[in-house]
Amino acid sequence: MGLFDRFKSVRDAHGALKACGGDPFGVQMERVLSTTEAMIEGRRTILCGTNNYLGLTFDPDSVAAAQQAIADFGTGTTGSRIANGSYSGHQALEQDLADFYGKKHCMVFTTGYQANLGAISTLAGPNDFLIIDADSHASIYDACRLGSATVIRFKHNDPADLDRRLARIANEPGNKIIVVEGIYSMLGDHAPLKEFVEVKKKHGAYLLVDEAHSMGVMGATGRGLLEAEGVDDDVDFITGTFSKSMGAIGGFLISDHPEFDILRVACRPYMFTASLPPSIIASVRQSLAVLRAKPELMRKLWQNVDTLYNGLRAAGFKLGAQKGPVVAVHLTDPVLAGVAWNALLKRGVYVNLALPPATPSGTALLRCSVCAAHSTEQLERVVEVLIEVGEELGLLPQPALRIAAAE
Amino acid sequence: MEMLQASQPLSLENVFTEVAQLMDRFRKGDAPITMDTDIAQDLNMDSLAVMDLMMELEDKFDVSIPLNMVPEIVSVGQLAQTILDSKKGA
Repeated sequence: MGLFDRFKSVRDAHGALKACGGDPFGVQMERVLSTTEAMIEGRRTILCGTNNYLGLTFDPDSVAAAQQAIADFGTGTTGSRIANGSYSGHQALEQDLADFYGKKHCMVFTTGYQANLGAISTLAGPNDFLIIDADSHASIYDACRLGSATVIRFKHNDPADLDRRLARIANEPGNKIIVVEGIYSMLGDHAPLKEFVEVKKKHGAYLLVDEAHSMGVMGATGRGLLEAEGVDDDVDFITGTFSKSMGAIGGFLISDHPEFDILRVACRPYMFTASLPPSIIASVRQSLAVLRAKPELMRKLWQNVDTLYNGLRAAGFKLGAQKGPVVAVHLTDPVLAGVAWNALLKRGVYVNLALPPATPSGTALLRCSVCAAHSTEQLERVVEVLIEVGEELGLLPQPALRIAAAE
Repeated sequence: MEMLQASQPLSLENVFTEVAQLMDRFRKGDAPITMDTDIAQDLNMDSLAVMDLMMELEDKFDVSIPLNMVPEIVSVGQLAQTILDSKKGA
């Protein structure tokens, strides 16, 4: 058997998708014109699939901070925190984040993926249990494989199911760590955190919440779902990323646990990789300051969510039940979704194509993400183009049914 | 979903019968299911479908089948044996 033979089914599926027009997994942005526009295949294209929720990638102060940091500290750290030393910015950013969340400790990681990989694989030991939501991000699944704990999967967003599965292991001596996400990246729905907190308390478990898609998006000050649900004090560990609302790259782990700092010399995905470069640290510190100083950005984001979500819903598209900056148009046929995705791109609208098994329950998604920097006109254009394509491909119900669907 | 009665004596055969019955909803091919059927290859189930199947079996038999065990379970017979062992250990 050849080295790559086992990828046959992946190759076939990718081939079928490419046959629909372009390669949805190989999009190139030739030039980025602004936070919301890029040149793709020589066309001016509205970006509606970036996760750039607050539109801070071109924030003038964040750009200036990054430029200054390169001038002062150079382009990279060329090594890991433990072997090659930390820069003052690493600690400063950790303090900023701990302060933002009102918690004692923070570690920053080089990517959000590594934050989950490091936190989850290290916190749970060989005799412990990780109880994870079935729709968890790949980084959570990979963390489970890297670690040595026993891994149990519970039904997506289902506190009663979590309770039942914890009850089955109630007599096992190990620690139990529940892992959920704030906003789920594919369907855009969010965890019933208050109910999960009740289950956690009942079973004496720990709770880790990944706020990757909800930081800077939910809660009065942008701390995420835990703030929106008022459970800040009941969440034991928070992970997150700088690659969404913070407009850069990197990840973090936050906790009040008194023994937290031992993780710095025990957590392999923190120890054995190069640390974040000075420019990223500086732009993220500035972007966090912008989030704290300008709550109007979140208000603008949610106004934009209304425009896109309500527009698509009124047209009769099947969307996720919970409104938020991830707006996923549900389709059933992956090939038809590929054709639709290509048609959108040819008409100057970029969204994400998400297919099973990366999506739950076999759904194919045209996944849109909303940015505070989108103009109302841009989002109305996205709705218009989606309706055009939807009508051409028969993705929409008959006009008479639309009003009923929108209600 | 109906849970099996605790008093019902479990054998490998009746666990297998229950498993095969449940699998029908998850499989993609139509080959007959035997103890030797390879879950991923013969039934054309992707990793997500296998995990969803395991979850339903956990509820059906009121056992935990940790994800760590899934890569070791290749055939339907091994799956039935794993469930039977968990049930006896419980």
